[in-house]
Amino acid sequence: MEIAVQANKSELTLGPVLFNWEPESWRDFYFRIADEAPIATVYLGEVICFKRAPLFEPYLEAVAARLQAAGKTVVRCTLAEVMSKQERKMVDEVCAEETIVEANDGSALLRLRGRPHHAGPFVNVYNERTLAVLARGGVCNVCLPPEMPASAIRALCPEAAKLAVTIEVQVFGRVGLALSARCYHARAHGRSKDSCQFICNVDPDGMALRTLEDKPFLTVNGIQTMSHDYLNLIGELADLQAMGVTRFRLSPHSCDMVEVANIFRGVLDRRISATEAGARLDGIKIEAPFSNGFYYGKPGYSWSRATAP
Amino acid sequence: MLAPPRAGRPASPLKKLLENAPSVLLAPVPLALLQPMFTRIATHVAQARPELFNRLGPHAGKRFLIDPTDLPFVLVLTPLPDRPLLTAHRRHERPAHVAAIAGTFFNLLDMIDGSLDGDALFFSRDLQVSGDTEAVVALRNALDDFEGSALDSVVASFGALSGPAGLALSVVRSVRGR
Amino acid sequence: MSEAQSFHQQDYQRPELVCPAGTPAALRAAVDAGADAVYCGLQNETNARNFPGLNFTVPEVEQSLAYARARNAKLLLAVNTFPPAGKFALWRDAIDGAAKLGVDAVIVADMGVADYAARTHPDLRLHLSVQAGASSPEAIRFYCEQFGVKRVVLPRMLTVAEIAELHSQIPCEIEAFIFGNIGMMAEGRCSLSSYVTGASTNMDGVCSPAADVHYEEDAARNLTTRLGEYVIDCFAGAESAGYPTICKGRYLCGVQSDPYYAFEEPVSLNLSALLPDLMRAGVTALKIEGRQRSRAYVKSVVGAFRKAVDDIMAGREAAFASLLALTEGRRETEGAFPSKRWR
Repeated sequence: MEIAVQANKSELTLGPVLFNWEPESWRDFYFRIADEAPIATVYLGEVICFKRAPLFEPYLEAVAARLQAAGKTVVRCTLAEVMSKQERKMVDEVCAEETIVEANDGSALLRLRGRPHHAGPFVNVYNERTLAVLARGGVCNVCLPPEMPASAIRALCPEAAKLAVTIEVQVFGRVGLALSARCYHARAHGRSKDSCQFICNVDPDGMALRTLEDKPFLTVNGIQTMSHDYLNLIGELADLQAMGVTRFRLSPHSCDMVEVANIFRGVLDRRISATEAGARLDGIKIEAPFSNGFYYGKPGYSWSRATAP
Repeated sequence: MLAPPRAGRPASPLKKLLENAPSVLLAPVPLALLQPMFTRIATHVAQARPELFNRLGPHAGKRFLIDPTDLPFVLVLTPLPDRPLLTAHRRHERPAHVAAIAGTFFNLLDMIDGSLDGDALFFSRDLQVSGDTEAVVALRNALDDFEGSALDSVVASFGALSGPAGLALSVVRSVRGR
Repeated sequence: MSEAQSFHQQDYQRPELVCPAGTPAALRAAVDAGADAVYCGLQNETNARNFPGLNFTVPEVEQSLAYARARNAKLLLAVNTFPPAGKFALWRDAIDGAAKLGVDAVIVADMGVADYAARTHPDLRLHLSVQAGASSPEAIRFYCEQFGVKRVVLPRMLTVAEIAELHSQIPCEIEAFIFGNIGMMAEGRCSLSSYVTGASTNMDGVCSPAADVHYEEDAARNLTTRLGEYVIDCFAGAESAGYPTICKGRYLCGVQSDPYYAFEEPVSLNLSALLPDLMRAGVTALKIEGRQRSRAYVKSVVGAFRKAVDDIMAGREAAFASLLALTEGRRETEGAFPSKRWR
C-alpha cells in the first residue's frame, strides 16, 4: 500500500534541452516524447544561451500543444545567467506568459513573485529557510542543485511538505557544474560569444574536455560547464521516494530518452528492479560512464553502489 | 624575471648578521653545535605565540621539511604545542617528512618574516612545495599571523647576548669549539 | 580652490577601500595600510575562504573590531556560503555572534541566511555577497526588497558602463572588485570543486581544497599540478605557475591541436587604470580580493590603492608601483570591465 502510494505520487519530468539541437530535431524529439514517453511534466525553453531561443521558437507553440494534448504539463523555463538587456528582456517575455514558469535566477524570482511558480536547479535552494522564503513568494516546486547530498535532501523534504512545496531531483543526464558570462564553445573554436555563429550546434551532448593526461573530464556547453559522466540515480530512486521526493527529472540527451523514461518509470513503479534497470541503461548508447557521487557526499564523478538492495 | 616586491621594512638584525657571516663558517660546522640555536628558536616561537598551534589544528605534530637550497643543511620542523622541534640535518640524510618547502635561505627568511608574499614566490617558481599541501597551507597561514618580525623576537630572546654582536659571537664560539 | 580641484571634487565620490583579512595580523596590516573597511570570516564553512589555518575565532573578531574601530575602520563579517538543510544552526550562530559583537555589516549570499538576519537582527547591516550572483537590476532588487540589503558586491563580469547604468536602477550601494584573483565562473553556483573532490564551494566554502592538491616537479623543473585524480596544468621549466583551480587549467579538446586554457588563463584582476572611471560610475566601495594571501600582499596592495584613491580625490594622477608580481601567473587583466569584447 505504502509503495503504491509512493509510486502514484512519483512523477517523471523532463528537464529543458540544454544543448543547441537543430530546430527540426528539437521539434521531433518533443513530438516523440509527447506520443511515447511516460513523462508527466515537460520543461520547455532556453536556459543556457538567449541567442539560441529564436532558432526553435517557431516550433514552440506546436510542441507545447502536442505535449498538452498528450496529457503532459508544460512548464516554461527562464535563463540561468541573466545580465544583458536581451537576456533580461527574454526573462520578461517568458514570465509574462500564462503558463507555470520555472525561475532559474533572481530576476525571474522577482517577476514571478505572488503567483505559483517553480525554482529551478540554478537557484540555490539548499536549506529549509530558503525554501520558506521562496514558498512565501509562491514557489510550489523546487528542483534541487545537483550537488546536494542525500543527507540534505532528507532533511529538506519534511519541511517542504509542511510548506506544500514539491521537491524535484535530477536523476539522469549530465550535470551542470558551472556557468559563465563567457562562451567556452566559442572560445574553443577561436570565436567570441557575439560572433559565435552557433558553433555549439555541432555537439548535441556538449563538447568533451580532457586533461593533459588525455582523461575525459568535463563537457562544454556554451556558457555552461557540465560533467563528463551522466548522472544515474536509478539505484537511489527508492530512497528518494522514501524521503518524500515526488518529482524525478531526466535531463535530455541525444540517446533514446523514451527508453530511459520507460526504465525509470518501471523502477519507480516497482515493475523493474534497480539491477535490471541498470543493465538496460547500460544497453543504451551513451558514450560516457555513469556517476552518482554527489548523492553520497563524494566527488561528483564517482560511482557508488547503493547500500540497500 | 621581476623580483616580487618586498614590503618595505628595515632589515632584521639576524638577517644583517647572516648577510655578513660568510657561509663558509656554516659549512664545516657539525650540526650538533647549531642545534641548540634551532631548538631555542622553536621554543621561543611556541612560548611567544601559543595560539599558532591552534591555527595548525590537526597539522601540529606533522614533520615539515624546510630546505634552504643554497645552504648545506635542511631543517625539519615538528610544531608540537608542548615541545616544538626544529632539527638540522645534512641534505643527504633525507629526513622523514610529510611536506616540504624549498627556496633560497633569504627568500624563506623573508617569507617567514612577512616581508615577501609566499604565493608570489610560488608563482615565480622561486619556492617549491611538495607533499601534504594542506599542511603547508596551514603552516603558512599560521606563520603569517605571527606579526612583526618573528626573527627579531627570536634574536631578542637570546637575552644578555642578544643583538647581532651577541649572536655572531655565539656562532663563532660554537664554530671554534670554545 | 582651483578650478581643476573643484571639478574633481564634484566628479568623484570618495569610495571605501574594502580590504581582505585572512588572519588578525593581516587585518592589522590592512588597517595600518589605510583600509576603510576590512572583511574576514570565522574558522568554519560559513564563509567562502574556509582554508586550513585561516580565519578568525570569535574572540579574534572582537579584538579586531576594537583595533579597526580605534582607527576609524569598519569590520565586515563574511557569512557568504549556503547552509545545507539540517545544518542551518552553524550559520545562525555566526549571524547571532556578528550581531552581538556589533560588526559593521555581514556579507551574506544564501536567502535563508539573509532572511534570518533581516528578521532576527533588523539593525544588522546586510551586504549581498558576490556569491549571491545578483547580476541584473531585477535580481539585486529582489534581494533589496526581500531582505533590506544595503549594498551589493557585483559579479566581476559587468563593464564599467554597465555598472554606471546599474547604479541608477537599484536602491542599494555598489561594491566592485578592483584587484585580486578572479574566477571565470558565475559566483555561488560553481560545483567544479565538489565534482572533483567531494568538498563543495557553496556548502563548505572551499575552492580547490588544499587537501586534494598535489604538486609534482620533475628533474627538468616541469611542475604538474593536480586536483584529486585530475591533472589541472603543467608548467614547463621556469614558466610562471598558478593555483590548481579547475577553471584556470589547461585542457585538450577535439578542436584545439594543443593544450589550451579552456576557460581562462591564470590572471589577476587589476583595475588600477580604470580607477577614475569606477569612481565616476557611482561605486561606493572598492573591494580587494585576497583573504588567503599573506600580510605582505595585503600591505602592498592596500597601500598602493590607498595612495591611488587619495591621489585621484586630490586631483593628482595616480601612479602605481607595479603590482604585477603579486598577480597569479604574473599576468594582469581588466577582465570584462573596460569593454564587452572580452565575452
